[in-house]
Amino acid sequence: MDRRSSVLADLFFSFMKVGLFTFGGGYAMISVITDICVQRKQWLSQEEMLDLTVVAESTPGPIAINCATYVGCKMAGMSGAVLATLGIVLPSFVILYCISMFLEHFLEYRVVAAACMGIKVGVGLLVLDAGLTMLKKMKKKPQPRIIAGCAFAVMLLSNIFRLGISSVVLMLTAGVISLSVFIAREKPVCKGGEGR
Amino acid sequence: MIYLELLMGFLKVGCFTFGGAYSAIPLIRDVVLSYNWLSDEELSYMIAVSESTPGPIMVNLATYVGSSQAGFWGAVLATLAVVLPSFFVILLVMNLLKTVLKSKYAQAVLQGVKPCMIGIILATGCYMILHSCFPLTQSAKVDVRALLITAALIACMSAYRHLKKEKPSPIALIVLSAVLGMILY
Repeated sequence: MDRRSSVLADLFFSFMKVGLFTFGGGYAMISVITDICVQRKQWLSQEEMLDLTVVAESTPGPIAINCATYVGCKMAGMSGAVLATLGIVLPSFVILYCISMFLEHFLEYRVVAAACMGIKVGVGLLVLDAGLTMLKKMKKKPQPRIIAGCAFAVMLLSNIFRLGISSVVLMLTAGVISLSVFIAREKPVCKGGEGR
Repeated sequence: MIYLELLMGFLKVGCFTFGGAYSAIPLIRDVVLSYNWLSDEELSYMIAVSESTPGPIMVNLATYVGSSQAGFWGAVLATLAVVLPSFFVILLVMNLLKTVLKSKYAQAVLQGVKPCMIGIILATGCYMILHSCFPLTQSAKVDVRALLITAALIACMSAYRHLKKEKPSPIALIVLSAVLGMILY
């Protein structure tokens, strides 16, 4: 086996291991990916891994997928990216597909339905907790606070009164508003700074 | 066309979620409920299943929803739809956009999107709890059992955080809430 195909195989199986043995998604996976890519395989430096975490957070999609694509592409170009991403997705896909075949009518059992009522509260709390953690990390400035507050109010009202306002529309609106505020603020600075 | 709906719905999820899995749940809930794929109860059950199986939660959810709605190809399409946006965005970032993402304009947009997302996440969390505790559709206006579960879970979470100085694992919390549900209902 030449060097390139051994790197490809290594990428595929390493990320398959990540996909197979990490529970809880997102940030739980980052610690495992760091362990494999930085400590064991030395595909990335510690600093690069930090950069990657920031990029993964500020680009859309599941964080683990972002990491896999990045590492794969860095190590072996396009085919590396494809194999690493496939590796991390495949275990999930196979496991969940099998589960969904067996559990289709699971909810009809009384016990399961009762457990679900409890889980609904639990998941609500987890979502709320994730939101609060992000809120704590948010910059303590008026603008993000206002945006977050408005989004909170609009979304809650929309949920309660079934207005059907889509969260995508809401996010795009916030992006546009923030960009226009930024441009409006920047203009006078640009005029003043012509001599730079 | 269920296939097209699955593809569009989960592309939306893949394109517009930042951060961890729990920040994706509001958007997934939005999409899944608006297409009438699942009820709120079924969705929370699926979240619990996705949480307790290995792998990225979003991918798990997509496979599960896709397969339950349209069999094998539904699962393939939904999974692809959730994965492809982040795959291509990262390729772009690595090759062209490294500077664009750092540009002040992109940052300005992100600075609007992120707080908005935090607001949406908080609202969804509140609503999910409120909706369980005060189901306006049923005959009883207040669900005492759900209130009890909420109180018990909050107590456990804060006690754990106080004692161990770290967050309890989401899996443990979900197992606990399931057990409480089984006992009380």
